Amino acid sequence: MAAVTDAAGNPWFSWDYVQSNASALLAALIQHVELTAASVLIAAVLAIPLGILAYRVSWLTGPILALSSVLYTIPSLGLFAVLAPFLGLYASTVVIGLVLYALLVIVRNTLTGLSQVPVEIRDAARGMGYGKLGLLTRIELPLSLPSIMTGLRIATVSTVAMVTVGSVVGGYGGFGELILEGFRNNFYKAQIMTATIATVLLALVFDLVLALLGRLATPWSRRRSA
Amino acid sequence: MSSIVSQAWVWLNDPLNWTNSDGILALTWQHLWISAVSVAIGCAIAWPIGIWLGHHGRGGGLVVGVSNLTRAVPTLALLSIFPLTILGFGPWSAVAALAVFAIPPLLANAVLGLREVDPSARDAAYGMGLSGWQVLFRVELPLSVPYLASGFRTAAVQVVATATLAALVGGPGLGAIINEGFGLGIASGGGQVLAGGLLVVVLCLLVEGVLVLVERAVTPRPLRHPTRRVRRRVAKPAPAR
Repeated sequence: MAAVTDAAGNPWFSWDYVQSNASALLAALIQHVELTAASVLIAAVLAIPLGILAYRVSWLTGPILALSSVLYTIPSLGLFAVLAPFLGLYASTVVIGLVLYALLVIVRNTLTGLSQVPVEIRDAARGMGYGKLGLLTRIELPLSLPSIMTGLRIATVSTVAMVTVGSVVGGYGGFGELILEGFRNNFYKAQIMTATIATVLLALVFDLVLALLGRLATPWSRRRSA
Repeated sequence: MSSIVSQAWVWLNDPLNWTNSDGILALTWQHLWISAVSVAIGCAIAWPIGIWLGHHGRGGGLVVGVSNLTRAVPTLALLSIFPLTILGFGPWSAVAALAVFAIPPLLANAVLGLREVDPSARDAAYGMGLSGWQVLFRVELPLSVPYLASGFRTAAVQVVATATLAALVGGPGLGAIINEGFGLGIASGGGQVLAGGLLVVVLCLLVEGVLVLVERAVTPRPLRHPTRRVRRRVAKPAPAR
């Protein structure tokens, strides 16, 4: 169990490790990015309409939010454990689990964004002759974009972190794979630390890209703050 | 499909799986115990800092920074790293890792709770000649109880949920059942995986339910009704598990 115990032989940080395992790290990176991107994209496609629905149909607001907070209390490992025996050990099982978590954040933020649109603006738009659809697509959704983007960013960053748990589902955990493998392989510290830092950096990169997209999508908010 | 459900049912119906030394009862007890210690440590660190920052009307930046950073760090990583440090193998490294993730919601809601105290109530207290400490203990803290309680519930539920992962790296807790099942393979361990998953889900929902009641009980009656407002404004956690 404790074959490598001295600090000199098993350092936390090792550039050697990175160089000699570049291909394994790259494979983990690609898997991590693919799982994250697929989960967040699917979640966004489902969650934004759901958020609009929860906002429009007022009796649905309560149930949708209650369901989302119930799901929130369930740990990812518990969810994977319930899904995997039925769906099998595939990447899709991990994606379905991750979609469920990302969904909640985005639905909630879409709903928050829509309900924060000032009443005066809505009234003015109606007075100018906007119909329900026009009001939604031209006024309400653009004004909720900052909130929706915040939801997307939170969902993405937490999905990057949660992908690591996917390692239990037959090896779909991106860098989490390397963390667990390093732990089981005589506590290979360099591998654990490198994979951890890579995960955090990946989350930061995703967050920056989305923040940039958000700025590009809402030029008016930039003008106001400048 | 039905065979997996019946496998899980059989597994759950075996009394030995409950009463063994590493059975469901022992693991649940272990799970709750390390969760409680983690949350207690989290409170001991986050509340004084959060209350101090909120009392002085500061801390917004720190709260955002702490919660963003901990959201990006995978729990699994901390659970794997801590046993290899001075903390060593055993429950303490899991407790330390879980306490780290308990801090953001506790801190955020403490800061928010104190900042949301009606400024006129604070001014009135100062005008009546109360000192800074007296204002803190007699006015600000009682008024921020709903936020503190909500932060506590969020942190506790998150820790109980996250503690499941500790078993993946040889740590304590109910996750061991799931981990063992996955180790057997889905064909023979699928039922155990499902049973473990359901147990974890039920435990988390139970803890959440109990803490909702506790939150209600500790919130003074006059502060209960605006809970709608409070609920919406409390700092929501990151689902980083």
